[in-house]
Amino acid sequence: MSKNSHNKLFQTIFGSIAHGVISFVDLFLGSIQKLIGIKGVPYLFVLPNLLIFGLFILYPMLLNFVYAFTGGSAFFPDNRPYVGTRNFERLFACENFLVPNSCTEDLFWRAVQNTVVYVIAQVTILVLFALITALILNRKIKWRGFFRSVFFYPCLLSPIVVGLIWQWILQDKGLLNGILIGLGMSRMPFLTAATWARFWVIMVSVWASMGFYTLILLAGLQSIPSDLYEAASIDGASNWKAFSNITMPLLMPTMTVVIVLSLIRAVQVFEIIFAFTGGGPGTATMYLVQFIYNYGFTSPNKQFGVAAAASLLMAAVLIVLTLAQMAARREEVY
Amino acid sequence: MKVKILFVLFIITAFVLGACSPAPVEEPVVEEPVVEEPVVEEPVVEEPVVEEPVVEEPEEPAVEAVELRFMYYADGPKQDLILPLIEKFMAENEGITVILDMVPYQTIDEQLPIQVEAGQGPDLARITNFAIYKGKLLDLRPLVSNPEEFEANFATPILEALGYGGFPDEYTITGPYVNQTLFEQAGIDLPTGETTWEEWTELTKQVAEATGTDYAIGIDRTGHRVAGPAMSMGATLIDDEGNFTIDTPGFRQFIELLKSWHDEGLMPNELWLTGDALNNCIDWFKTADMVMCMTGSWQINGVAADVGDAFDWVVVPNPTGAGGSTGIAGGAAVVAFADTEHPEAAAKLMEFLYAPENYAALSGGGLSLPAHRGVAEAGVDYASDIPSVLAALDAYTAEVPKLQDQAVFLNVHPFAFAYYRNSANRIAQYLAGELSLEEMIANLQSDIDTAIAESN
Amino acid sequence: MNPVLEFLTRRRGRKKLNFSDFLSYAYLLLGVLIMFGPIVWLILSSFKTPIEIARFPPRIFPYRQQTIELEGFDDPLQLFKVTFDDGSTRELAQVRRVGIEAQMIDPDMPDEIIRVNIAEREPIEEIHIGLSNYIEGVRGFNFGTYLWNSTFVTITATLLTLLVNSMAAFALAKYKFPGQQTIFMTMIATLMVPLSVVLVPIFLVITRVGWNNNFLGIIVPVAATPTGVFLLRQYMLTIPNELMDAARIDGASEWRIYAQIILPLAKPALAVLAIFSVMWRWNDFLWPLIVMSRPEYFTLQVGLAAFQGEFSVDWNLILAMTVLSILPITVVFAILQRYITTGIATTGLK
Repeated sequence: MSKNSHNKLFQTIFGSIAHGVISFVDLFLGSIQKLIGIKGVPYLFVLPNLLIFGLFILYPMLLNFVYAFTGGSAFFPDNRPYVGTRNFERLFACENFLVPNSCTEDLFWRAVQNTVVYVIAQVTILVLFALITALILNRKIKWRGFFRSVFFYPCLLSPIVVGLIWQWILQDKGLLNGILIGLGMSRMPFLTAATWARFWVIMVSVWASMGFYTLILLAGLQSIPSDLYEAASIDGASNWKAFSNITMPLLMPTMTVVIVLSLIRAVQVFEIIFAFTGGGPGTATMYLVQFIYNYGFTSPNKQFGVAAAASLLMAAVLIVLTLAQMAARREEVY
Repeated sequence: MKVKILFVLFIITAFVLGACSPAPVEEPVVEEPVVEEPVVEEPVVEEPVVEEPVVEEPEEPAVEAVELRFMYYADGPKQDLILPLIEKFMAENEGITVILDMVPYQTIDEQLPIQVEAGQGPDLARITNFAIYKGKLLDLRPLVSNPEEFEANFATPILEALGYGGFPDEYTITGPYVNQTLFEQAGIDLPTGETTWEEWTELTKQVAEATGTDYAIGIDRTGHRVAGPAMSMGATLIDDEGNFTIDTPGFRQFIELLKSWHDEGLMPNELWLTGDALNNCIDWFKTADMVMCMTGSWQINGVAADVGDAFDWVVVPNPTGAGGSTGIAGGAAVVAFADTEHPEAAAKLMEFLYAPENYAALSGGGLSLPAHRGVAEAGVDYASDIPSVLAALDAYTAEVPKLQDQAVFLNVHPFAFAYYRNSANRIAQYLAGELSLEEMIANLQSDIDTAIAESN
Repeated sequence: MNPVLEFLTRRRGRKKLNFSDFLSYAYLLLGVLIMFGPIVWLILSSFKTPIEIARFPPRIFPYRQQTIELEGFDDPLQLFKVTFDDGSTRELAQVRRVGIEAQMIDPDMPDEIIRVNIAEREPIEEIHIGLSNYIEGVRGFNFGTYLWNSTFVTITATLLTLLVNSMAAFALAKYKFPGQQTIFMTMIATLMVPLSVVLVPIFLVITRVGWNNNFLGIIVPVAATPTGVFLLRQYMLTIPNELMDAARIDGASEWRIYAQIILPLAKPALAVLAIFSVMWRWNDFLWPLIVMSRPEYFTLQVGLAAFQGEFSVDWNLILAMTVLSILPITVVFAILQRYITTGIATTGLK
């Protein structure tokens, strides 16, 4: 038998199995549809997803409210006394919000400051590099598929692995310091000086996620009709003109999506840093999620209330960002 | 319409629950109707149930088959030592199966307390935080055959902290390791008699300079290790009522010395600045990149194995200051949880583990100091013939009588871990220049006070 | 005109290789170095002995000191090149070292002990791809179990995700019903709250359902991904409704329309979600960490954390196990990379 007919046979067998399963389920669901009418069908279809979602995503988030308004170190909500807004008040007990140490929860405000700086810098650098890479890949390049895959590869790695690899490279006795010594320079405190650590945290997170955004931007670039450029070049427009008058405006919707997505991901940063710097030196790279994790989940603290309050504040900010994304998308869809 | 939908939901629910889920547990407050496993259409969901190796809880059949879960973490060779012991126990006690869950230390440190509180803990565990399981441990006294022996063989404060629900399986004590070979090469004699931390700092600095060693001195990144030198310099960390006081001259003196180590580059920056986890100076010591490392007796094994004969090392007495010369006592404990469904079997295993011959096997093979009086008096036959190892064990044993009371009570204090973790992070902030000494002390005090206040 | 801008804004379609093409390739090659370099370094390091790993400055290739087996000694002895005062050198095997003095013997004359200052000897080394890190790691690490768990969880969770999400997306894209907007908006709103901040309530829910130490606990809860629903819904919106109407006239049930018309047409989006889901589930760390406390249920990522003990970090084992943990997903990617990257690029965000 030829390979082709083999495939065909395979397809037939597989197809009839699938057909059988579909028909069997149809017996069941078809009769339900008769029972509830076509108007009830969509509910039937969202139900499985909604149940899992409600129980394991929405419900825990609502439970967070219970934790945020109760105190003590008990794990079960029933054993936790109601304390009103005390946890929020503690977070906001501050003489000067710009000086973390004047606050009762000084670490929270350090985390907030660090996060704001990180998010702005990381998103800028990330989008910039993704855009440059996408523009270059959009040129007539040999082995484009290969290069595209190379840039995407780090996205496959788990954040823990990314953190480990880079810690291994950047530590005092790591590869990079070895190279510096080899070049006759002296060692750099890559992970032990606050500025360096902040720099590397940004670069490593860009390294780990740039490929994904490059792919999206590349798709956006490739969907721009090429006759627009031809028309422009007939009109004698320079490359820069074409870029600023055609590419950028038409790429804007994709850019918005990329910016908002990367913003949200940046605010959520945790696991990479957890494995990479652990928040150090001192608290220089401790961001919000890590603060919440440390405060709520590591045993000596177990201050679920304050952690939950902080996470609610963060969720509020994130939802605002999300709504902004929705608005941006709506413009794009309609 | 709505009624109809609800009716259908009900049918599906019944179908699904009947089809695949193993006895659903009620879920109290959800807005949605509570269904365990909504997806029927494909066999996908059923797979996990079918494939699972061990799902069924022991259902107490006619033959008494008892299964105990023992969550264990091990550093060094303890892993290879505990397994044969467990096997021996199972051979002696037919009908009891002990499943040893070897987990990372992080699981013991972070997950276990919450699991226990949620009633999801194992039957037994090896722990280091003695005080947080108060009321959750199984009082062994009524269950073991020799309660007097049990009480007599272990230190009362530890047994009380554990609620008589377990026993310390090793004693640890903090104290510094010194690279003797580097001293010889520098032509500097190891000091004898009472020596202060300041003198050691100066000496190790000279040795490091003379031998081209990267770092002179270091101390593990935890408040536990810092407490010993601070107390030796006169700090009263815990008073007689058990209150924590950070701001004492002794504590300040040592923290300032630590800061000078850090600032002058005598100590690697990475040691205290990276991570919020415990970093160990022994990693530098083992590669001969550090002359003196303040850690503890649990490292003997690792040092012996990794250093080999690359250099000679020695454990020296804790340096002396205004408060004397004290290390900090600590250790790990094996405990049984009150939630266990098989208290008799759990107690039996505990009794087996603290029986002198088994206890001694673990101490001897693991090169750890026994916390068992009987075993200690009989003397442990350590599984090593390396002179430096035996000398180190002797050196640590000699530290025991010098321990201050607070150095013993610290580790069984209910908020010891709040102090350990928070002090490491706060001191790191001070070393990194984020906080002044005053701020560091004030913030650390407030961290501990808050932890205490929140738990009431 | 700024040459950099000029270079970047130039589009494809040039005939000759010019300066800007050269820059492009330079950028891309640098990219390859930066993207792959760390992985290559990881792999090289994973073959090194603990001593070699601690060495600074590090050497690129894994070296090992040569040893020699001699009669009368149980363990192989390490070989050194010793330089004597007169400038002559000899290869000697070290018997033991005491302080700054090494006691050595010549392998040809094993009876005579030669005392040498340790500063005057240099180890003789060879490049050695040592598998001992891997062997020791796999033995102490239950690699097989963890690999199986990771694979099993990844596959089942992905299948479940595809089914559940596509059903919900179908309903949200192809029907109008009361509550539709609310459901959609709620899902989108929660899309952005990271799991790590609701760990405690999640643990509570899992515990009440009784799914601790149960694969259901890491397969089912993660299946209802808002991202997946969103992605599939957006794609299904582009499928024309006329197809459905025609099928309805033929008397097909809504289930048949979903399974036989919409799903086949949504294949590209399903493929992308499958890729995402495999990536997420393979790399999940926190969720399995809190749900599983028994090693027989550990996934690879959780298992990796096991090497960081309380008192020591075994870099050599961590590096070797990290290589093994990224190997499967790398192989899959290498085989399917064209489909994956084009799939994400064309369907990933509509």
